[in-house]
Amino acid sequence: MSRRIVGPFNRVEGDLEVHLEIGGAVVEDAWVVSTLYRGFEQILHGKLPGDALVYTPRICGICSVSQSVATAAALADAQNIDMPPNGELAINLILANENIADHLTHFYLFFMPDFARDIYRNEPWYEPIAHRFKAVTGTAVKQVLPARSDWLHVMGILAGKWPHSLAIQPGGSSRAIEAQEQARILSVIYAFRKFLEDVLFGDSLENILSISSAADLDSWLEKQAPDHSDFVRFLHVSRSLGLEQLGRAADVFMSYGVYKGPEGNLFKRGVWHQGEQMFEPENITEDLSHSWMEHGNTPRHPYDGVTVPDPDTRDGYTWCKAPRLDGTVVEVGALARQVVDGDPLIRDLVQQSGGNVRNRVIARLLEIGRVVDAMSQWARLLRPREAFCHQVKMPDEARGCGLTEAARGSLGHWVRIKNGRILNYQIIAPTTWNFSPRDMSGVAGALEQALIGAPVRGGEKDPVSVQHIVRSFDPCMVCTVH
Amino acid sequence: MQEKSPDLSDGKLNLLWLQSGGCGGCTLSLLCAESPDLITVLESAGINLLWHPSLSEASGTELQDILAQVMAKEIRLDLLCLEGSVITGPQGSGKFHMLAGTGRPMMDWIRELSAVARYVIAVGTCATYGGITAAGNNPSEATGLQYDGHSKGGFLGENFVTGIDMPVINIAGCPTHPNWVTEMLVQIAIGGFTEAEMDDLGRPRSYADHLVHRGCPRNEYYEFKASAEKPSDLGCMMENMGCLGTQAHADCNTRLWNGGGSCLRGGYACVNCTAPGFEEPGHSFTETPKVAGIPVGLPTDMPKAWFVALASLSKAATPKRLKENAVADHIIVPLRNQTKDRK
Repeated sequence: MSRRIVGPFNRVEGDLEVHLEIGGAVVEDAWVVSTLYRGFEQILHGKLPGDALVYTPRICGICSVSQSVATAAALADAQNIDMPPNGELAINLILANENIADHLTHFYLFFMPDFARDIYRNEPWYEPIAHRFKAVTGTAVKQVLPARSDWLHVMGILAGKWPHSLAIQPGGSSRAIEAQEQARILSVIYAFRKFLEDVLFGDSLENILSISSAADLDSWLEKQAPDHSDFVRFLHVSRSLGLEQLGRAADVFMSYGVYKGPEGNLFKRGVWHQGEQMFEPENITEDLSHSWMEHGNTPRHPYDGVTVPDPDTRDGYTWCKAPRLDGTVVEVGALARQVVDGDPLIRDLVQQSGGNVRNRVIARLLEIGRVVDAMSQWARLLRPREAFCHQVKMPDEARGCGLTEAARGSLGHWVRIKNGRILNYQIIAPTTWNFSPRDMSGVAGALEQALIGAPVRGGEKDPVSVQHIVRSFDPCMVCTVH
Repeated sequence: MQEKSPDLSDGKLNLLWLQSGGCGGCTLSLLCAESPDLITVLESAGINLLWHPSLSEASGTELQDILAQVMAKEIRLDLLCLEGSVITGPQGSGKFHMLAGTGRPMMDWIRELSAVARYVIAVGTCATYGGITAAGNNPSEATGLQYDGHSKGGFLGENFVTGIDMPVINIAGCPTHPNWVTEMLVQIAIGGFTEAEMDDLGRPRSYADHLVHRGCPRNEYYEFKASAEKPSDLGCMMENMGCLGTQAHADCNTRLWNGGGSCLRGGYACVNCTAPGFEEPGHSFTETPKVAGIPVGLPTDMPKAWFVALASLSKAATPKRLKENAVADHIIVPLRNQTKDRK
């Protein structure tokens, strides 16, 4: 048995360290350490509620819009204000634009380069995969960066800039677009769709979205040449390495639901654990027993949450708090979103092998298709010359909760306002859920569970299986602790 | 003897990029570089990415080996970019940010690496002046590399210069525009960047000599003081909405973001994010503070009395078209076409 500290992890957005206990050739136990504390919840104390819209997007440069959307939703809840239809559509488009850009960035820049590592040099697939996905020099990078930049032109039109926009307001969007801008948005979405079809999937979006079971996916794969598209390349590597055996956590999946529409959310809200479970946001608590935080004896609901950092707490090993739903560890992210929503392919994959490295990646890529498809419809529904934003005064005393979905999972903001100022602002980010430490009962967080059993090859200092598992969650460490 | 110019014998400049007390947004923005993309720009300038947190393969001990080689001067460090402020808390210990896997505060790494770098570049307002991370009561004791807010000094000290006598270059912005960074790197690579290219806050003059106000599509509303009153209104945002575009040093409305946007084009105020202390304006970001109905923050180098006199004159002359469109979210009074009577 040996103890090993692994870090820093890059390509995870922020700073991460993992402590492993290795016995034989597998990980036997793991502790996840978030090593950066900035203190946004302390910064927000005493601020004017509307100014939170300037601060919270700057928690994170990759989930910036998600943070804005959560703040705007929390303030809207406090103000009891809704958005005109144009506002909802514009915010959906802005949020979707970020989330899909993030999925793309994750797959090409953060996740796939690990298969171009030297350790795989003797695998039969190595040469073409390394040529395609090698960090910085692979052919994919130069193809994907321009596609990503073009895609983010939607931000230039709807949100002024990305990251860190103030266009997202509690009552809608500050940017009322004109008809020619609506036309441009549609063209940008179409061009990106073509990129997905030509480069990522190698098939029409319709065909990809009609894959409705694991068997369907297998037979689709059989029909493609091994270098047909990047999705195909990934599926072959995954099959060869058994990525469906890697990184399983507790298989309790949560999604706050996202992308509002007149008939409810595009992706619905809920919890899935071998079937649909009840979901009550009131049952969310944060446990500080293993965080570097001063703590009381009981976990608290975020409305009553406290953030007082203390690096010398007895059992603390991370700046991250431990959020729990009904006291349970949950996994969030694209896989959770698609399982909860009931996508037939993802439900089938999870039925067969649970949450794991392969299924997390497939769900993310599939979601790109589903969302881009929906975006064309939203863009068509915009009505130039009609209202984009409602305006209501903030009451002096109020509280509000804003729940949304960032690319990497469920993001919640809880705000209490007193005498016109922020009394308490608490944030639970996606990776706070996924990379949480142990709780009072000693139950490990989702990644800590997922790492157990990870194989360690002879001589490996930074086990590559650990790299895959960590990155399969698409972690965002700057959000995690904030 | 310290060398005065980069040793370009191998034709390459080594770039190491580190992140500390920030959000990573300057990197995510940098990845939006267009025509050409970031990788191509670096290639064109002969810049070799030693390591970047979002782009490089090397992780864990591989990175630690690179850092050790740089410290041992086995690898020449030409360009050190820091994104995010330096975290010195709690109580000066730096424990609020330990570099993962190393058991050492990031601030110690930053100090040591700065000492061996030829150019030290602070990317973003956190790294330059403290920025958002230093807001409120500055819980993490964040500071900029060579400035703490407006005061010169910061983490490395007022007198810090690199081996080639360069102070820290401050590419301020929250986030930075991708091309503020890429153009700076290329300028260094072709040898055209000296201290003379920096303004008195250490920012590259290439963008800091400009005003956000220039090129604002709302200028016609500004001229006539036809003002927006709420988000999504079309009018000028200076009088009521907190816009600091007439004071902020940046070229956001002539250079444009994400294919054609800017804050003002997005319908919201410029918060002067390239300036030290922008994170604590002392009033709401999106409401203009006024004394006796007159905004307190007027254009920097214009005599106040003149501004007030001109403003009241132009307000009296505001065409109906601008007055009404200013408080609408789309053009409700269109331009009239000049028709000539034919005889």
